[in-house]
Amino acid sequence: MDGAPDQGAEAHYRAALNQGRLLIQRCESCGKHVFFPRSICPHCWSESLAWVEPKGSGTVYSTTTVRRKPDAGGDYNVSLVDLDEGVRMMSRVDGVPPGEVKIGMRVAAEVIEEGGGGLVVFRPEGAR
Amino acid sequence: MSAKDLRGKVAIVGVGTAGCGEATGFSELEILAQAAKAAVEDAGLAMADIDGICTANLSAAMWPLNVVEYLGIRPKFVEGTNVGGAAFVAHQTHAMLALAAGLCDAVLVCYGSNQRTSTFGRKERTAARNLLDHNPYEAPYRPFNPPSSYAMIAARHMYQYGTTRRHLAEVAVAARKWAQLNPEAFSRGPLDVETVLNARMISDPFTVYDCCLVTDGAAAYVITRADRAKDLKQKPVHILSNATAAWHRSVANMADLTVTPSKESGERAFAAAGLGPKDMDVVQIYDAFTINTILALEDLGFCGKGEGGPFVEDGAIAPGGKLPVNTNGGGLSCVHPNMYGAFATIEAVRQLRGTCGERQVKDAKTAVVNGNGGNSASSQSTSVLATADAL
Ligand SMILES: [Zn+2]
Repeated sequence: MDGAPDQGAEAHYRAALNQGRLLIQRCESCGKHVFFPRSICPHCWSESLAWVEPKGSGTVYSTTTVRRKPDAGGDYNVSLVDLDEGVRMMSRVDGVPPGEVKIGMRVAAEVIEEGGGGLVVFRPEGAR
Repeated sequence: MSAKDLRGKVAIVGVGTAGCGEATGFSELEILAQAAKAAVEDAGLAMADIDGICTANLSAAMWPLNVVEYLGIRPKFVEGTNVGGAAFVAHQTHAMLALAAGLCDAVLVCYGSNQRTSTFGRKERTAARNLLDHNPYEAPYRPFNPPSSYAMIAARHMYQYGTTRRHLAEVAVAARKWAQLNPEAFSRGPLDVETVLNARMISDPFTVYDCCLVTDGAAAYVITRADRAKDLKQKPVHILSNATAAWHRSVANMADLTVTPSKESGERAFAAAGLGPKDMDVVQIYDAFTINTILALEDLGFCGKGEGGPFVEDGAIAPGGKLPVNTNGGGLSCVHPNMYGAFATIEAVRQLRGTCGERQVKDAKTAVVNGNGGNSASSQSTSVLATADAL
């Protein structure tokens, strides 16, 4: 395990994200990837969870446009993205108008700075 | 002992509602107490007879204490499980066990919310809850929950099965047509599919009519053992079975957005009741959003997976259709004070008593109630209810 062992999974994940790195876990007992970060594997309940850097590529599993008045900031996207490692996360797809995000769209992860720390967002694959 | 051994052993003997719609100037405990008193009197019991309580609330962490204090009772059985709006259906298993074991004799299930008119408004409550029950993996993306999570569930269902916005709109229109037959329903004005489709979008694919109402309201019902129920004031409505399934908390952790925990709770509830979807005269589904009705019809087995959209076409679940669903108008058009499970239960009881007036389903003897809880069909609880002659 890289990172400080005296820190919980959530804090470790957050610290890496704040340094611009997206990490997920991989269970050394059952081999499955795990997200969100946990102290035990939700598949086989082993404590042997190792941090790995995912490829960052994924597919939009579902998506919605949250409607908001223009003077309140306008519409924005919320998506569920399946990383190729087999885990799902809530995020958003940037770089295209919210209404153009489609289920099945291939996307790539990017860690940006927002809200005082690192945040994972996605862009359509090949868009940058 | 198995779930089958509890079949029909207890019955709902009293129901009451209060403050439905707008209860301006009233606190949630005040309307809850009114509903509780109404339910107890409906049963022909006195509040002093209540020795078990089931209740939950979205703000107060120790809510059963608030309620026992307010009602002035000292119950022997206290149950505060909160799995969201399904709680007031899920409480039935715990009440059945407590009653069957002789731990208590009369259980009051009760709920009340003044979310619509409270001065401490919905916005403040939502902000406070997000603070106390923070989800660091969702919050930064600002989903407008619960609508956004159910919207993504609907979007996936549409993508996989060709379900359309028009199918969703059919659910809203059917609910409204039932509400028009129910003098207690909050929204009874005309509504057609085109109006639903052209309404203000909230979180795609949902317009405002795909989302349940935001009302005040309180609901309560009383459960006793069946042997006592037959000597009480009302025609008893027996609980043949209840089963709860809890799978996740947030939508990102819902394994398959098109399959809900009702798949499991429904199978267990029908198995314990010894009945199936085809045997149901009335269906009460917690319709937080239009997609919930479609998903529940599929997962409870009224139609195959992916067939829920076509199933509800042409007024099939509206008055005069092939299956009476949400005969009070549901959360979409009757009442929705944040958690609706008790209201769905009460409508099933009223149908089985035969007291529903214009909206009465003729000779209704069996009903299925399907509670929904959490931001993303996170928990669901299914009950099969029946009159004594369907036992
Ligand atoms: Zn494992």
